[in-house]
Amino acid sequence: MELGKAATPLFDKKIITRAVVDSFTKLDPRTLIKNPVIFLVGAGALVTTYIVASDIINHTAVLFDMQICVWLWFTVLFSNFAEAIAEGRGKAQTDNLRKSRTTTSARKLEGDKETIISAMDIRKGDIVVCETNDIIPADGEVIEGIASVDESAITGESAPVIREAGGDRSAVTGGTRVISDRIVVQISTNPGETYIDKMITLVEGAKRKKTPNEIALSILLIGLTIVFSAVVVTLWYFLNYYHVTSGQDTSIVSVPILISLLVCLIPTTIGGLLSAIGISGMDRLLKHNVIAMSGRAVEAAGDIDVLLLDKTGTITLGNRMAADFIPAPGITEEELADAAQLASLADETPEGRSIVVLAKDKFGIRGRDIKNLQATFIPFTAQTQMSGVNIAATSAHSERIIRKGSLEAIKRYLSTESKIDIHKQSDYLFTHMIGVDIALEGGTPLIVVENMRLLGVIQLKDIVKGGIKERFAQLRKMGIRTVMITGDNKLTATAIAAEAGVDDFIAEAKPEDKLRRIREEQAQGKMVGMIGDGTNDAPALAQADVGIAMNSGTQAAREAGNMIDLDSNPTKLIEVVEIGKQLLMTRGALTTFSIANDVSKYFAIIPAITGTLFAVEGSHGPLAALNIMGLATPQSAVLSAVIFNALIIIALIPLALKGITYKPEGADTILRRHILLYGIGGLALPFVCIKVIDMLVVWLHLV
Amino acid sequence: MIIISDMLQFLLFLAAFITLAYILGKYFDSVFTGKENILSRIIGPIEKYTYKLLGVNSTKQMNWKEYTWALLLLNGLGLVLLVAMQLLQNLLPANPEKLPAVGFWLSLNTAISFVTNTNWQAYAGETTLSYFVQMFGLTVQNFLSAATGIAVLLVLIRAIGTRKGEDLGNYWVDMTRAILYILIPLSIVMAVFLVSQGVVQSFSSYAHVTTIEGAKQVIPLGPAASQVAIKQLGTNGGGYFNANSAFPLENPTYWSNFFQVLSIILIPGALVFMFGFMLNSKKHARIVFGVMLFLFVAGVAVSYVSEMSGSPLYKGTVLMEGKEVRFGVFQSILWSVATTVASNGSVNAMHSSLSPVSGLICMLNMQLGEIIFGGVGSGLYGMFLFILLTVFIAGLMIGRTPEYFGKKIEAAEMRWVMAAVLIPNLVVLLFSAAGLYLRDGLAGIANPGPHGLSEVLYAFSSAANNNGSAFAGLNANTNFYNILTGMAMLCGRFGVIVPVMAISGSLVKKNIAPVTSGTFRTDTLLFAFLLTGVILIVGALTFFPVLAIGPGLEQLLMYLGKTF
Repeated sequence: MELGKAATPLFDKKIITRAVVDSFTKLDPRTLIKNPVIFLVGAGALVTTYIVASDIINHTAVLFDMQICVWLWFTVLFSNFAEAIAEGRGKAQTDNLRKSRTTTSARKLEGDKETIISAMDIRKGDIVVCETNDIIPADGEVIEGIASVDESAITGESAPVIREAGGDRSAVTGGTRVISDRIVVQISTNPGETYIDKMITLVEGAKRKKTPNEIALSILLIGLTIVFSAVVVTLWYFLNYYHVTSGQDTSIVSVPILISLLVCLIPTTIGGLLSAIGISGMDRLLKHNVIAMSGRAVEAAGDIDVLLLDKTGTITLGNRMAADFIPAPGITEEELADAAQLASLADETPEGRSIVVLAKDKFGIRGRDIKNLQATFIPFTAQTQMSGVNIAATSAHSERIIRKGSLEAIKRYLSTESKIDIHKQSDYLFTHMIGVDIALEGGTPLIVVENMRLLGVIQLKDIVKGGIKERFAQLRKMGIRTVMITGDNKLTATAIAAEAGVDDFIAEAKPEDKLRRIREEQAQGKMVGMIGDGTNDAPALAQADVGIAMNSGTQAAREAGNMIDLDSNPTKLIEVVEIGKQLLMTRGALTTFSIANDVSKYFAIIPAITGTLFAVEGSHGPLAALNIMGLATPQSAVLSAVIFNALIIIALIPLALKGITYKPEGADTILRRHILLYGIGGLALPFVCIKVIDMLVVWLHLV
Repeated sequence: MIIISDMLQFLLFLAAFITLAYILGKYFDSVFTGKENILSRIIGPIEKYTYKLLGVNSTKQMNWKEYTWALLLLNGLGLVLLVAMQLLQNLLPANPEKLPAVGFWLSLNTAISFVTNTNWQAYAGETTLSYFVQMFGLTVQNFLSAATGIAVLLVLIRAIGTRKGEDLGNYWVDMTRAILYILIPLSIVMAVFLVSQGVVQSFSSYAHVTTIEGAKQVIPLGPAASQVAIKQLGTNGGGYFNANSAFPLENPTYWSNFFQVLSIILIPGALVFMFGFMLNSKKHARIVFGVMLFLFVAGVAVSYVSEMSGSPLYKGTVLMEGKEVRFGVFQSILWSVATTVASNGSVNAMHSSLSPVSGLICMLNMQLGEIIFGGVGSGLYGMFLFILLTVFIAGLMIGRTPEYFGKKIEAAEMRWVMAAVLIPNLVVLLFSAAGLYLRDGLAGIANPGPHGLSEVLYAFSSAANNNGSAFAGLNANTNFYNILTGMAMLCGRFGVIVPVMAISGSLVKKNIAPVTSGTFRTDTLLFAFLLTGVILIVGALTFFPVLAIGPGLEQLLMYLGKTF
């Protein structure tokens, strides 16, 4: 099961039911005030309600005012509904996470004494023990033992993973289950502060903190709201001036009408959808199995200029594979393959296995029974940097001593063991040439010697992931540069960089190189994203503007990053960038749309309330000419504008939840399309809609 | 025929304007970046001596707070001094007409008006103020207020161009250079030219003459040419005489008129080019200049058509009421648009008599915040607020947090941008409402109905945006209007300057992100289109209702044969 996937059709019945109820509970002014634009609509609705109510008591109630009142409340409710449904979808996902947490108890270890306490009572620094079938009570770090852990509750990945003390796989997540062995875990978070808790907070509107860009946008929206409040209030005075000094009839200008005008002008569309956009952004991240520590990080992801990517696992498949046998002069390729396979039979590394497989594929050489060979295998050690096999002499052949290793290692081996001055060997020169050649193609040469005689070279190649080149090309279009980090030498790195299409690389990189590079890029004003897992990545993750730690990584790395990828998939960074961009684009587009809408609303409402000025008896006043939509009556015009204003919020909920579709293109192309769609579209659409609603209103005899 | 001649005049005007603005822009750049220029030999020593005299350490850099305090200090002192001069006018020299002391509220209004570069004139110059006050009070402020505008713009430019810094220049140095290298030399050239055209420059008392018809006439004189030069160049606009540049002694000939209009928008235009040179982004500057030019030309075109098509009441003749026959429709319209786009406020025709649509254009020009070339310095830093708004809204649409010149536009900047946009707009709306509601306000209105609404709206649009032109018809020299327009002028000036300084203080500390293909470009036609859209939509949305029921209604009523 991948997290949340099951519970995310756009409109799930259960979510909708809950959202409808929430729309009403969110009318609480303490909740509403967090969204000043909608709060003002609520206040207007309240005033209108009061007017209508007192009219009813005085038996002077007007159907028109009552309808305005209802639609104003709908505007507030629709906005609440948008937020509630976004929260609902987020909650549906976090509920799964929460479930895993609530039922846990923990075996706390004090000295040698073990006590069973509730998971909720666990504190940071406590030490707990977990054995087979225990659920790990909270996030922490394995300090003793090794165990396989089922993390499917949070990652959706059913294969168990190994967690062990020390090294890069020491972090465990609360809510996951130990399925074998025993580990001792030092807890690193208090209840309510775990990653899952943080994520839950981010999708719950009430506790959610606004992100920096949301705050900036809110300021713009509040500013516009203040301007329009002044416009509407002063309009009353200006009209009153005509009433007083020129004896004009301005009776149409009632409080409900002015409130209608105000509600239509203030940016209710974006105001009503703003938090839904933010929440659903988090929700989309979660769907990609990424947990963000803050909304700020998601926003920053949209701004990334440079991506630092580890070669292994991100750009290339995890391990190098044997790609070719290149025999030395006088040796057949098959002989080389045979020797190479023999030397690799006991080599359980992926590299070793790939040699066995390649030999089998190319020449049908089967893996031989190791026992019958009377062979001693020489395992790879850090000192020799070689592995191989010694096969005792038989009737068929004399003793075979086969070694394979890197160029350097074999060179050392030959010169120390055989006392041969290999520099004089033409063989050596040949090997050297091939070695360079292979390195240029992005491969690593593995030299095979038998009985001090050079057999040839196995070309080990990094396999660049399919489609990654296109991915980087897209990033380049988006203005994002990619930097590959690799421990390989320059030659190899150059070749892989060219094959994968990255913009730059750091070869022979040490952990501190990453940190230095990030600082350099940041000094130039760039935003840097990186992904990492090991403890030595922690400083770089903390330094990066967006640091994604892999869930399989260490606790240190997870704490340093501002996002965690539950799938531990390094290419995830690209998706995160896209989600960040989508989030910002959706906000911008709806803001533009909201402001552009106002033009048509003026053309609906202004002639409605000023059309009677200086009217000669029996005809309209001159300003009725502004009624370019030809709306039926002043009342129908105002009502239609208010209805449009409310309905557009509902209509745009799907867009707010899904976000604007993101295509990797240059800024100009994206901008041009969005201006056309949301700017010009936002200008034109309401003219049509208001006209249609007006016709419906008249047809239904609502006014 | 007349249309072709008008168009040729317009083209000549635009060509002269763009050429001179470009040349001056390059010169301004050299002045403020300390490069060698044609005047540095002559003025360099004077500049050094000035610093010595004022005790200014010209190498000391100020942060935004220090700079703002220095600015407020000088403006505050200027205000107090100017009020004092008027209150003590009868005791001061150079008062051959023995004009009495000015009343407190009027003198305060006038002082605010000149300190804020508004030059709203609730008084009539020749019957209210002595030579001394005009020269040592008003003219000095004409220089200082224009230089202050340039100083604020310089701070902004430095803030944009500095990577992670604090230093924004030295207020005293910026003021000194602006005055010595720019305002004084240009004023001298202009004044000499004006005198050659017949503008008076005299310290004699008013001439009493007998006309051929035998009537006695008093001809007001004074050091007009020198004040007129800076009034135009510094987008001040306060006329020496009450009738301003419609008065023959202030604006006698076609060429004096031509160059006076030109000088209204000359420095504001040149500053846009300077901005491009200083930030090394000429293309962006050209786009901004282009947007301003487009709005300017559009304003002229609409007004021109409106005036030429006249009124059905007059059977299609052009509207000449309130215009000087010497100048005709085109030169009057060119002036009315130039003076309102550029926060100048001087007039060569009576705006009250323009067709309602032309009046609407004048008001809208001011209400947009005097950003179409605008005031000296203030035009571009005002435009900058709209640029930030555009960058913010459109920047989001490309999926990045908004940035301008690589600097992130965040909550701190938006807060101040909104403050600077809100303050003048709220003042215009709320004060106009007060003027049209309270008895004291209504008392000043000469023509009730839509025209009266326009009179009040125009007054506050002019004051709050530091334009200073008047619609006539409104009796503004009452305590009510003196106090309210005074407050409007202060809010409109410092309610924008302080936010712009704060924005600069915030921007200067930020790093500069490099340009990539994912960056929002501000040097394209697309950006020009967006910027124009944001200016018009934000401006129009704020003032659409009141302009509709004011000048809009009046125009429509005029078609129906009803005038006010």
